[in-house]
Amino acid sequence: MSYIKPKFRHPGLPRNALGITVAEYDGAISTLCAGCGHDSISAAIRNACFLSSIPPHRIAKLSGIGCSSKMPTYFLGKSHGFNSVHGRMPSVATGASLANRDLTYIGVSGDGDTASIGMGQFIHLIRRNVNMTYIVANNGCYGLTKGQDSATADLGSISKSGAANSFDGIDLASLALLQGASFVARSFSGDKEQLEPLFRAAMAHNGFAFIDVVSPCVTFNNHVGSTKSYAQTREHLDVMPLDYVPMRDEIRTQYDAGTSRGVTLHDGSVIQLRKASVDYQTDDRNAAMLAVQEAHDDGRILTGLLFLDPNTQDLNQNLKLAGKPLNELSTDELCPGSKVLNSINEGLR
Amino acid sequence: MKQISGINDFVVKFANVNGSGSASANHLFAKAIFRMDIPVSPRNIFPSNIQGLPTWYEVRVSSKGCLGRRGGVDLMVCVNPQSMEKDIASIEPGGYFVYDSTKPLEAHLKRDDITYLGIPMTEICMREFKSPRLQQLLKNVVYVGAMAALLNIDFPILKNLLNDQFKGKEKLISSNAHALDLGYNFALETFDCPLPIRLQKGGNDAPHILESRHILMNGNTAAALGAIYGGATVAAWYPITPSTSVVDAFAKYAARLRIDAGTGKRNFAIVQAEDELAAMGMVVGASWNGARAFTATSGPGLSLMSEFLGLAYFAEVPVVLIDVQRSGPSTGMPTRSQQSDILAAAYASHGDTKQVLLFPATPRECFDMTVQAFDLAERLQTPVIIMSDLDLGMNDWMSPPLEWDDNYRMDRGKVLDAKALDNVERWGRYLDVDGDGICYRTLPGTHPDKGAYFTRGSSKNEMAVYSESGDDYVQNMDRLLRKFETAKSYVPAPKTHPPIAVETPKTTLKLGALFFGTSASPAYEAVEMLADEGFSIDTMRIRAFPFHESVDQFVHDHDLVFVIEQNRDGQMRRLIINECEIPPGKLIPVLNYSGTPITARKIAREIREALSAKSADVVPLHPETA
Repeated sequence: MSYIKPKFRHPGLPRNALGITVAEYDGAISTLCAGCGHDSISAAIRNACFLSSIPPHRIAKLSGIGCSSKMPTYFLGKSHGFNSVHGRMPSVATGASLANRDLTYIGVSGDGDTASIGMGQFIHLIRRNVNMTYIVANNGCYGLTKGQDSATADLGSISKSGAANSFDGIDLASLALLQGASFVARSFSGDKEQLEPLFRAAMAHNGFAFIDVVSPCVTFNNHVGSTKSYAQTREHLDVMPLDYVPMRDEIRTQYDAGTSRGVTLHDGSVIQLRKASVDYQTDDRNAAMLAVQEAHDDGRILTGLLFLDPNTQDLNQNLKLAGKPLNELSTDELCPGSKVLNSINEGLR
Repeated sequence: MKQISGINDFVVKFANVNGSGSASANHLFAKAIFRMDIPVSPRNIFPSNIQGLPTWYEVRVSSKGCLGRRGGVDLMVCVNPQSMEKDIASIEPGGYFVYDSTKPLEAHLKRDDITYLGIPMTEICMREFKSPRLQQLLKNVVYVGAMAALLNIDFPILKNLLNDQFKGKEKLISSNAHALDLGYNFALETFDCPLPIRLQKGGNDAPHILESRHILMNGNTAAALGAIYGGATVAAWYPITPSTSVVDAFAKYAARLRIDAGTGKRNFAIVQAEDELAAMGMVVGASWNGARAFTATSGPGLSLMSEFLGLAYFAEVPVVLIDVQRSGPSTGMPTRSQQSDILAAAYASHGDTKQVLLFPATPRECFDMTVQAFDLAERLQTPVIIMSDLDLGMNDWMSPPLEWDDNYRMDRGKVLDAKALDNVERWGRYLDVDGDGICYRTLPGTHPDKGAYFTRGSSKNEMAVYSESGDDYVQNMDRLLRKFETAKSYVPAPKTHPPIAVETPKTTLKLGALFFGTSASPAYEAVEMLADEGFSIDTMRIRAFPFHESVDQFVHDHDLVFVIEQNRDGQMRRLIINECEIPPGKLIPVLNYSGTPITARKIAREIREALSAKSADVVPLHPETA
């Protein structure tokens, strides 16, 4: 880590539709290890929010506990953040989303925070289809407590101590698919080209968007024998390239016939599947589960948009909430008053 | 044999089989007495079971308006052979035993000091009703009819109640009315009605109850209404007896009172969470984001929620938690009442914490204090826990009517909006600008450039920046203490009553009694009983933690203070010892932890015994004035 973050920015930095530069989306300096995959994810989130021109203060960042959950400090310094308790970010995000449906919610978690202590809350978050982007920075180990295997560590993966993991790993993307998540993706922290459009699409999605990001731990899980090291991951990636095209840019973006296929999101923006992924069907949940499983059986990691149902009902819609955010309702709108109370009293006599 | 006699002053108990339809019939009985303007307090004593185990319904009638349990049973209605032997043994000498005489009573169940009143309930129902379901259900209504004759219940009132109870199910009204007639007529023809214990309209000595047009409701419904009126918009919960009906009632009222007029959509969200951890997490998330949110739970849920209560305490997020206490530890007796979460709630979560507690004693207070809890939580930016219990929450209580001031406005506390943020020079989330320990909050989404900060359960400095500096930590922890001190001026003060004059005092000691919640009614009654015996006892009903200074003073002003509560370890006594500068020996525990609510007779007996044992050893505080 470095301790000084320069405030100086080039005056010619590009500006987004809000007229602000990417610097407005910066966070504090990272205190993670130098070369940590998580920092690349932070940068991709920052860029995605900038490119999609979301006002920073209209985003809320939530996390649990662990290296991953420190990340929200390192991006979007003008957004409110909530570093909650271990494995419980999903419930906090659920409550926050109910209180104000108009903000964009980004949850950042890790494999320990999600696949172990937070497994119950994670599954129920999917089940409720809370409108948020949920990112797991997945490194297969517990970094903050010095490298113990996590529940997503692959069977046979060698830990820093030299022991081979004797348990099957939990695959969070498969789990999300099985539980009915409406947006499921997987990526790699070293693949900025894929991460940014995925994050942008996830934030545009109306409902729960899950992105499992393999993010190597340079300190405890980057050695030979680890299945989640940089080298191992890069060698075994099956990348499905894609672009994110916001609704307003759709007309201007051109792709050569046969090289791209568009998938339209609820808000009208489009995900363009390119090259290798052009034949992949993002609307087929069973095919997605099969594709993930087949890649896994071949020792490959399939990355890209695995599944999308753009027309789901999120929790707010499911609960039939009125349009005005609950946190903006006044006493007059909430309180039935004395006349009603008197009639309730009458009914109790 | 001398029969027990008395007007509007007795205890009736029904012994039933759980799931046999007795609850609604027994409720009919109690409600009829209530409609006769006679003070009545019914209590369900039920098993953790849906069908088959013994269940009881105890009805206290008190001309003076004593609503706590008295102790003892004057008339037992027994339709459950499982518990009959013990039920008969529990009747006071001179009391009455009403039973199903379809089969003769076994010889060993005969006592010669009680009156047996046999009603062939099964036989009557088999003869009069065709469906097996009705034959079973209406047995309960037959005995209620008989009780109307035996105790002189106003029969038209009773019959009218059927119309309320079975609104929209006209067929049921006629069969139930017939069953009432059958029981009523049988009793009139068979027994010398009414009995020496009986009801009489106007035969009361409780003007305070009659004049204020009391209502009959349970504490959980009242708390739910408090949440509606207090502006709660998010309820997240996990089902657990005895708190479940809080959210059930909230859902019922919200569906009626919280629908957006324009769209027909909801201005409230209710989420049944996957567990209590998640329920509390949702409340924390919603409150952090500026909605009024609450949850309701009981002991096991409180344990699970402790993690989040620590976060909310340390990160200073408002939280409202309604804890309807039951018997612990662990699963304990899930359907029995206790006041045994006091310490777990007061110091909920690891590390140094102090949580704000409110102690309602009536449904009216459940309503008022729930409204107040939302204001306090936002004003103090901390969890507020309402310490109800099963007895208060699930039983019907006669209560002063709920009142509402239409000038009420939610107190959202120190929250800076965009305009305020523009005008503030230096803002730090944990800067104690006003010196009261309460800092200024901002909500997500408020201002493009100002007011964003990180909420966290880890240590931070005044500017909300992560910090492991010991100085920052100590400063923050000390400020939280200062805030707790400030809380004393916001929470409800204790209630005191002038002592009852005693003509020839039996002791020179200055005596006091401290109690709270459902221990209050029987405590007041016990104090009156003891005044008749020559013991003058000052009373103080605690209504909140942190304790008001007057609690400290009360203990200082008395030689002996009885702390009356419903748990094994004297948890309130310990909390007082912990938090006030007082010699512990002055506080005498008066405890009940059997799971059934404490009785006035038990309190009086224990105080009497303690006095005879203690008096000799205690030197009066102010011998010159004695």
